[in-house]
This record gives sequence, C-alpha cells and structure tokens, in this order.
Amino acid sequence: MAVQGNKIQFANDDADVVVVIGSGAGGGTLAGELAKKGIDVVLLEAGKLTPNSAFLPDEWASFKQLAWQDKRTASGTWQVARDFPTLPAWICKTVGGTSVHWAGAALRIQPHEFKTLTTYGNLPGTNLLDWPLTRAEMDPYYDRAEDKMGVTRTHGTPGLPGNNNFKVMYAGATKLGYQQCSTGHMAINSVVRDGRTHCMQRGFCFQGCFFGAKWSSLYTEIPQGQATGHMELRPESQVVRIEHDRQGKVTGVLYYDAGGRLMRQKARLVALACNSLESPRLLLNSESAMFPDGLANSSGQVGRNYMRHTTASVFASFADKVEMFKGTTMAGIISDESAFDPKRGFVGGYHMETISLGLPFYTSFLKPGAWGADFAKAIDAYAYTAGLWVVGEDMPRETNRITLNQDVKDQFGIPVADVHVDDHPNDVAMREHGFRQGAAVYLAAGAKQTYLVPPYPSTHNLGTNRMSERPADGVCNKHGQSHDIPNLFISDGSQFTTGAAENPTLTIVTLALRQADYIAGQMGQHAI
Amino acid sequence: MPANARSVPSIRPPNAAPASSPLSAPTRRELLKSTGLLTGTLALSSALAGLAPSRAWALDLGTFSSHQGAVILAFSRHLYPHPTLDDAVYALVVKDLDSQAASDHAVQQIVLSGVRQLDQVGGGDWLKRPPALQLVDVESMQGTPFFVTVRSTAVVALYNNDMAFAHFGYGGQDGHLGYLHKGFNDLTWLPEPPDAASGPIPPN
Repeated sequence: MAVQGNKIQFANDDADVVVVIGSGAGGGTLAGELAKKGIDVVLLEAGKLTPNSAFLPDEWASFKQLAWQDKRTASGTWQVARDFPTLPAWICKTVGGTSVHWAGAALRIQPHEFKTLTTYGNLPGTNLLDWPLTRAEMDPYYDRAEDKMGVTRTHGTPGLPGNNNFKVMYAGATKLGYQQCSTGHMAINSVVRDGRTHCMQRGFCFQGCFFGAKWSSLYTEIPQGQATGHMELRPESQVVRIEHDRQGKVTGVLYYDAGGRLMRQKARLVALACNSLESPRLLLNSESAMFPDGLANSSGQVGRNYMRHTTASVFASFADKVEMFKGTTMAGIISDESAFDPKRGFVGGYHMETISLGLPFYTSFLKPGAWGADFAKAIDAYAYTAGLWVVGEDMPRETNRITLNQDVKDQFGIPVADVHVDDHPNDVAMREHGFRQGAAVYLAAGAKQTYLVPPYPSTHNLGTNRMSERPADGVCNKHGQSHDIPNLFISDGSQFTTGAAENPTLTIVTLALRQADYIAGQMGQHAI
Repeated sequence: MPANARSVPSIRPPNAAPASSPLSAPTRRELLKSTGLLTGTLALSSALAGLAPSRAWALDLGTFSSHQGAVILAFSRHLYPHPTLDDAVYALVVKDLDSQAASDHAVQQIVLSGVRQLDQVGGGDWLKRPPALQLVDVESMQGTPFFVTVRSTAVVALYNNDMAFAHFGYGGQDGHLGYLHKGFNDLTWLPEPPDAASGPIPPN
C-alpha cells in the first residue's frame, strides 16, 4: 500500500488516544493493528517521512537519508566501542524505523530459546531468565505475522531464487555436510502479494526496498492504519519525556515537533517502541520525584541486559567472479549450528546468513582502521568475493547496559545513551566457532583467501526493558505491559527476555500483534 | 564533526555526494589560477576512460598548492596501493581533503603541517624520496592527526565514486532497477543448487 496522508488529526489535549512512540516493526505494527480495531492512535516518529520511491542505490547517501545519526557513545571492551565509538548501532530514524533497513530474515525463535535459564543453567556472569511466554503461546501469532509479512516457505509462499552469493554458500555448506541450507524464510515477496511486487534482486536491501517487496511498516501497517481513519502519523516528532499523574499512571508525552516546538500530547495509554537504545533512554530521562530512577524501573532492570547478538562476518575470495552485490542481500541461510549443543564449548546457537556490502561499505567495514598492501589486495578481489554473517545468541548481563551519558547532550540538551558492552566468554567462544565454520564453508567451495570481519555497529538491539514473570526480574509482563505502570507498554525488541539466535523482527511483529489483542481487551474491560 | 573524533579510527560519512565524474578538462581559467591544480592523463587502457570527459584531467584546488596536493596524492597511494588504479581516482582524496580544509581551519592546519613534515623528511620535497622510504615515512606517521585525517578521508573518498566502482567491478547504481533479468544468478563455475533449496524466478 502506498505511503499516504492522515485521514484524521487528534487534538493535543485529547486524553482518549493511545500514543505509540516509534513507527518501526513494533510501533508501526501495534499502531496499525489498534487502528484496525477502531482504537484512536497517535503515532509519533522522530524521523522524517521518506517514501520508498525516494530510496537511494548509494550506501553512504542512504545512510545519511535513513540512519539514526543523533549522538550516542559506546563504552566497554567490545570491539565496536573501539572501531565505531560514536556509532554503536546502525538503526534508523525515519518513518518505518529499522524495518526500512532490515534484511528480511524472518525466523521463529526456537522453543528452548524461550527457556534459557532452564536449558543453559545459571551461567556465571550472565543474567539469564526464562521468558514468561512459551513458543506454543506464540505460534498462533507467529502464523499471523508470517502471513501478514509474506514470509517465504510459509503459508504456501515459495522461496526466493538464490543469487550468486547463495550459490557459493550452498556449495560450501553441502560439501561440509550441513543439511539445513536454503534461501530461507524471508519477509521479501517471492511472488506478487498483498499489493506489493516481488523482489527485483537489486541488492540494496539495507538501503530500503525501492520496490516495496521487502516487508516494512512504512508501506504496509502504517498506511493501513491511516486508512482506517483511527490513526494519525506525526513524523519529525521526537519524544523527550513521558509524563505521569500523582497516581503514577502515564498521562501523555512531551515531544519536539518538526518546527522545534515543545508539544504535549495527552494519552490514555503510551506504548514505547523506539528500539532498545532509545526506549530505555526515554524511561530513564523521564525520572521524577515519584520515580527517581526512571519510569517503570522499580526492578532496576531498565537499560540492563542489553543484547546485540553475537555477530561476525566471513568474506572469501575466489578464482572466479561472484559479484555478491547482485541480488538479495540476505537470502541464504545455514541453520545447522543453531541448535543447543554445549559440546561445541558454548551454550546457544547461531545461524550463518549471506551478506553483501557494496564497495563503499566493504572498504569501511572489512577491517576498520586498516590500510596497506594486504588490505588493498583484499579490495582488488572485491568482484571475486562472497560473504556471510554469523548471527547467534549473546548472553544477557546486568552490566551490559544503556545508561545516560550526562557529559554528552543531544540537540535538545538531553543526555544521550551510552552503550556499554563487555563480551561474555560464551560470546567470544561462539564468535570464534562461527569464524571457523564460516571460513570452512568457503574453503570447501574453493576459496583462495578468507577474511574474518569483526562486528558492525549493532543492528539487533535487544533486552533493555525485558519481560519477566516476577516484577523484580524485569520491566514488563508477558504482554509488554510494564510491571509498575499499567498504562505504559513496551512494544519493541527491548522487551525480549533473551536474544535467541534468530533475527528479531518477526518476533517483534508477532509480539505487537499479541499486544494489540491484549490492549484492546483490557481497554474493552476498562481495565486500562 | 569535531576534530577530536579523528583521533580514533571511525567510519565517517563522505563530505559530498559521490562524484559521477569529478574530473573536468582543464580550462584556461584554471591554468592561469594561482591556487593549486592537479593534472594527469588517463591511461589508454583505463576502464575509466569512458567516465571522464577527456583523457586529460584536471582538479582545481581551493586551499592546497599543486605540490601539497601531489604529496597528499602520493601519501594516499601508499595507504591504499592499487597498482593499476589511476591517479585520477586518488585525486578525489585530495579533492575531499581540500574541501574539508576550506571550511575547517583545524583540518587545514593538520594537513599542511603533515605535508611540511614530510617535505622536511624528504630534504625539501618528499616526492623526490624513493618510494620504499616514503612507505617507511607513512608507517612512522601512524596514529598522528595527519595520518588519521588522510586515512579516514581516503578510505571513503577513494572507493565511493563511479570510477572506483568501474575499476573494482561494483555495480553501484546499475543495480537500481534490479538484477533479476541482469545476471543475479549468472555464476556458472559451481553446481546449481536444487530447486528445494532455492526458489522459482517469478514471471514478469
């Protein structure tokens, strides 16, 4: 559905509306679902409205167009803090949020990954916890999410055709004896579906899908919500504070509008979906006399247990051309290593997924800070190079966290988020294993040389407002409703109790569908 | 971007949109100007010949002298040595630094003092120093503001332009309308994956 305008505008003092903050996979889906149920929603988005027809086949120009470039800082011993000290995460500030940038991999979290404390045990140095949800409870909503998003190899939708990069992965994987390698489950249309065309194999998935073949809330849930006449989208509206009354219920938000004016939007209910860095930052920056440690933070867990997946990339050069940039960025997956198998020396598992970078990003990310003849030789082999990304479960740690950096302020004079990570030994062991297996895949396919590439700025940011059975262990319950404030909800990946090995967007959308049903039910009963 | 951010290796978006053809044929006005000018001639065999308005190219400098520009170009070649990559592409690093220096006095001072230091090491003209010794000089400057500034500019400017795309075999904007009917799966030196692992090519 094409990007469109609002059919309705709500008054700033209308206290009956639901305010959703953030229009990505979580917030965009929740807002659209509530509107379809007839609930009035104001959807506030910090970024601009950029329609997919304006997306650019140019990595750096697109980064400037879509990425969140407001200040952030990084600390800790993780390599990202050294390589990208002011860019700990690569996520978006645009209508549609990071659902514009994601590559489309749509995998269900495995049943045992909802029970990590039970399955892995109480590993020293971790804050593992079972989700207050099971896979069985999630499955009906996973079904709905997959159907809505057009996930390949589900509900009768065919797989995507493999490109050159996939052919290399597949040849190596099968020679190595892996059994689970295909073009995967992708929320990218393999056929014309839901009013959107099929993938044209552009290769600019990270730069936003120009044709709209890849699911994004930008051109699905958001315009569908607007079309109901129950949802108003306000781009360039950056929320800086959530307000509450003397009873401790939230009453609305303060935001800066496109003209830089500070506005107050009243609300019956506020749903927070700004990704796992900005969501806890907003809760912490909303501290008050009643909530001196920030909103919804009686557990002290707001901002903690930050997870970003254990990641790494392996690139490899061959005697013959690959041209990895041609076609879908991430449409090849090996899942044999995703099972729980502690014999490998770590708990949790990982997937290997094809990845490609254009020349501008390949040179910037291959070995940050590098120069010299060896680096130049790797670049000389660009057209002969294939690539894959390792994405696995990292361990939640209380000390891996988002805090307010009181020394660095944003354009509104508000403390920015500092992202602190120290890799757990389990993360390091998994990454080393991923490097070895990724290289083995390519050597089996005949690689001349392999390149082990450290993590990029985080794209999968999770866990900083996690859901828990007991209020002492987390920030929200199994519906994303904060334990402390019944009309404040967490609606993004920050509610994940643990990270699992799977790309998170499908689960974020699934939780939003489930949450919309819950909110509508609670509102119907006047419970909230 | 604050100058102190350059003290650490970091990705840095380019200052300008990628140039489709940053080169121009030298004009009489440019040849008469007192500021710097970098000139060169594309090799006959160069894959870039079709991207430039003529084989002779010129880059007008607003801040640096011709000599300073040539030193920066030579330094960039040592940082990212691609033997068959034309000087015309390395000239884009000079161009980017020249425009940064025009608007940022700190950058200007960092670059000019670095070039001065290199010239001193080279007995007045670093360009006359043997290439092997030039490389030693580059290595010994690692971590200095000059090195960090030139390297962080070069790694973006050198590889983010159509001439580099042509040289290294990246499609760039050619992919805008998709490779579905332009060879996305044209690799033939490995076996075809079975249908069960891949998927059908959609009908038009």
